Amino acid sequence: MKVREFLCKKRKTMQFEQILQYTFSGLSTGAIYALIGIGFSIIFTATGIINFAQGEFVMLGGMLTLFFLEVLKLPLWAAIPSAVAVSALAGLLFERLAIRPLRQPTPLNLVIVTIAGSILIRGLAMLLWGKDTHAIPPFTGDEPISIAGATILPQHIWILAITLLIIAVNKFFFYHTISGKAMRACSYNRRAAGLVGIDVHRMVLFSFVISSVLGSLAGIIVAPLTMTAYDVGIMLGLKGFCAAIIGGMSSGMATVVGGLILGVLESLGAGLISSGYKDAIAFIILLLILFIRPQGLFGKAESERV
Amino acid sequence: MKRELLKFLLFAVLILVAPLAFKGGYLLNVLVFVGINTMLAVALNLLLGYAGQISLGHAGFFGIGAYLSGVLTATCGWNPWLAMPFAALAVGILAGLIGFPILKLKGHYLAMATLGLGIIIYIVFNETVDLTGGPSGLSGIPNFAVGSLVFDSDIKNYYLVWTFTLAVVLFSVNLAGSRVGRALRAVHDSEVAARVMGVNVRLLKVQVFALSAVICSLAGSLYAHTMTFISPVSFGFNFSVELLTMVVIGGLGSVYGSFLGAALLTLLPELLRGAQDYDIVIYGGLLMVMVMFVPGGLVRGIPDLFRRMARLREDAGNA
Amino acid sequence: MLEVSGITRVFGGVTALEDVSFTIRQGAITGVIGPNGAGKTTLFNIITGIYSRTSGRVLLEDRDITGLPPERLAHLGMVRTFQNIELFGTMSVLENVMVGLHTKSSSGLLACSLKMPWSIAEERCIRKTATKWLEFTGIGELAGDTAGNLSFGKGRLLEIARALAVEPRIILMDEPAAGLNSQETLGLAHLIGKIRQMGVTVVLVEHDMELVMDVCDRIVVLNLGKKLAEGTPREIQENREVIAAYLGDE
Repeated sequence: MKVREFLCKKRKTMQFEQILQYTFSGLSTGAIYALIGIGFSIIFTATGIINFAQGEFVMLGGMLTLFFLEVLKLPLWAAIPSAVAVSALAGLLFERLAIRPLRQPTPLNLVIVTIAGSILIRGLAMLLWGKDTHAIPPFTGDEPISIAGATILPQHIWILAITLLIIAVNKFFFYHTISGKAMRACSYNRRAAGLVGIDVHRMVLFSFVISSVLGSLAGIIVAPLTMTAYDVGIMLGLKGFCAAIIGGMSSGMATVVGGLILGVLESLGAGLISSGYKDAIAFIILLLILFIRPQGLFGKAESERV
Repeated sequence: MKRELLKFLLFAVLILVAPLAFKGGYLLNVLVFVGINTMLAVALNLLLGYAGQISLGHAGFFGIGAYLSGVLTATCGWNPWLAMPFAALAVGILAGLIGFPILKLKGHYLAMATLGLGIIIYIVFNETVDLTGGPSGLSGIPNFAVGSLVFDSDIKNYYLVWTFTLAVVLFSVNLAGSRVGRALRAVHDSEVAARVMGVNVRLLKVQVFALSAVICSLAGSLYAHTMTFISPVSFGFNFSVELLTMVVIGGLGSVYGSFLGAALLTLLPELLRGAQDYDIVIYGGLLMVMVMFVPGGLVRGIPDLFRRMARLREDAGNA
Repeated sequence: MLEVSGITRVFGGVTALEDVSFTIRQGAITGVIGPNGAGKTTLFNIITGIYSRTSGRVLLEDRDITGLPPERLAHLGMVRTFQNIELFGTMSVLENVMVGLHTKSSSGLLACSLKMPWSIAEERCIRKTATKWLEFTGIGELAGDTAGNLSFGKGRLLEIARALAVEPRIILMDEPAAGLNSQETLGLAHLIGKIRQMGVTVVLVEHDMELVMDVCDRIVVLNLGKKLAEGTPREIQENREVIAAYLGDE
């Protein structure tokens, strides 16, 4: 009897530790989804476009860092900003060469052009760097740290810290700088913003640059954990979109929370139910939210129109 | 009216005599796939080109058709001729049920939701290993047969597949020129005006979505029974995008345009043999160039080009 | 014919309409007028099922139609036109009117795709009736043109032809004279008269006072979301409150 009780208790603590473990790793992948999701919503609020190529900037972040590290032999502290800069340039070119010249910017054409862009970027990356999966070394070693029976890697801490930092900078930019305020003005009312002298075209360009920066940073900090390859952008991009949808396409905390919820659910689902269906979890949540609460988990319903 | 029929007859004759040009060659096998892809592109075009509703999950319906047909015949021993309509019915019901919530969404949101649906279906194919064989695929699917005539060669399959494809083409051309086709295009142009005219927009969208999915399922069954082997990679997100590319390149809202797009994209990899790694870049590039410079697709772009060239020649002559 | 009672609509704290009630008589031409922002278009959108109301009821021939979607209203014989013209731009002029005959035909998806004999016969009938309506509004010669390329005036006529094809018992027109020149406005007044002669009840939201005073039997005046007055054109012209609302309080 006593033995059984003991075993039972042990199993419970095992389970608790496991759950804690899954939650930790879920939080760090969730942070990544949040960064990508904010990228989606920045472009969406500025332009009404959902940028299907968003995930490719995540891929570019990882692959470019690798390129600067391995091929050009730059140190990590130099490789990362270089990779971000090149990704930003790619975002800028994408807006100038594909989005802006579009003759009939209907939602359908915009969907198609961003899909085309994503295929093109992915294809070019494959030609440049091949189809292999690569790893980036962790920023500060891979000695696990033990917390309450669960272990986490230093990279997990890096991810959470950098994400928090980026979100803070993001918030500062949008609420306390002229450019950020101008971008917000555009998202509320493009015509009015144009009338008061804000260069709307430039703000659209900005939104693409900022979200490609955010995407590439996400790609860089996650690469030491999950490896990177030319085609990682699809899934990461879609998960980021899912985070943004949970957050109601806001560029603030709601999307961050959305990303974290998604990350944790996914990690728990993979650990406790089935790892094969891990990717399906995000999409089932995506569909459910779109069907039941298209305004996001925390948003208020718009005044209804029949 | 008469012109449409004439166009169709011309197209049908062209298709029927085409194999004579490639006597049993490898290309005949490719032309079987052109047939299947034409069916799929026409199906997506009904939804995208006529009703203006995007789907990035059609490869999923294609896949369900193929897997239902495959599993029912290879594992359960059904006759392919029975499995095919059963699969189509099942897909139709599924698409009808999912259509109601999903088609409430518009534009970018609809694109993402259908994409998500397609990926979920794809994951199910991979994970239900006991049923589908998982990533390594399902083999031993029987060919179609009528009495002692077994459709096991390229030429037989060519005529089998194209019989269905031509039927789908005729069906779609008829639909496009009818009361329902007009209502679809009306929804595309102005949803609110269509509703004021008494068009039940929601029901209509769901009907077309289901019809489109059923055609995909039929194409899936044909694919399974001509290939005799299927695996999940054929039904993933990339194939949904390829279908989208076919429809856009051919021309939205043009049935024959979908044939052009399907033919081009199916033949392209064959022409690019040895440069296979470039195909993804070429798809992306083609899609982008078409949307940016020829948004009407080939069916409208080519006549336009000729007109422009004629005008240039005239100008040169005048000068 | 049409009874609007106690319609109120609040948009996020702003009351666009407050307790508006009036009755429209069978076979009459009624004008709804009022200064900008009076809530005329909102009222129209509520009656025709485009917006939902906060409270109140709409009755069509004693049948409660409050909140019914536009496609149901078309089947019940109510149709409308739009201020900014909502044509099916990529379709031909004739096809536009043919869509108007949607409720008058019934071939389903399969019958149409399989070209069943009855659907072919129906199609022929649709085409004939649509041509009739184009001729009724005087744009029969434009049948083959693309609707998106029409001038604003012709587009307006096409929109009316398309609405008439529904064979409505009541037609609501949202600023039909907006953007028309004086010649076209004259033609429109004539057309509205012809529509009434067919026994169709007409309701107009209109800015063009001359047109309203000319063609309307009764007028409802809205101001700041409330009904200000109701009566014959003469009564309205002499109503002090109406004059004050239009000229501003002095």
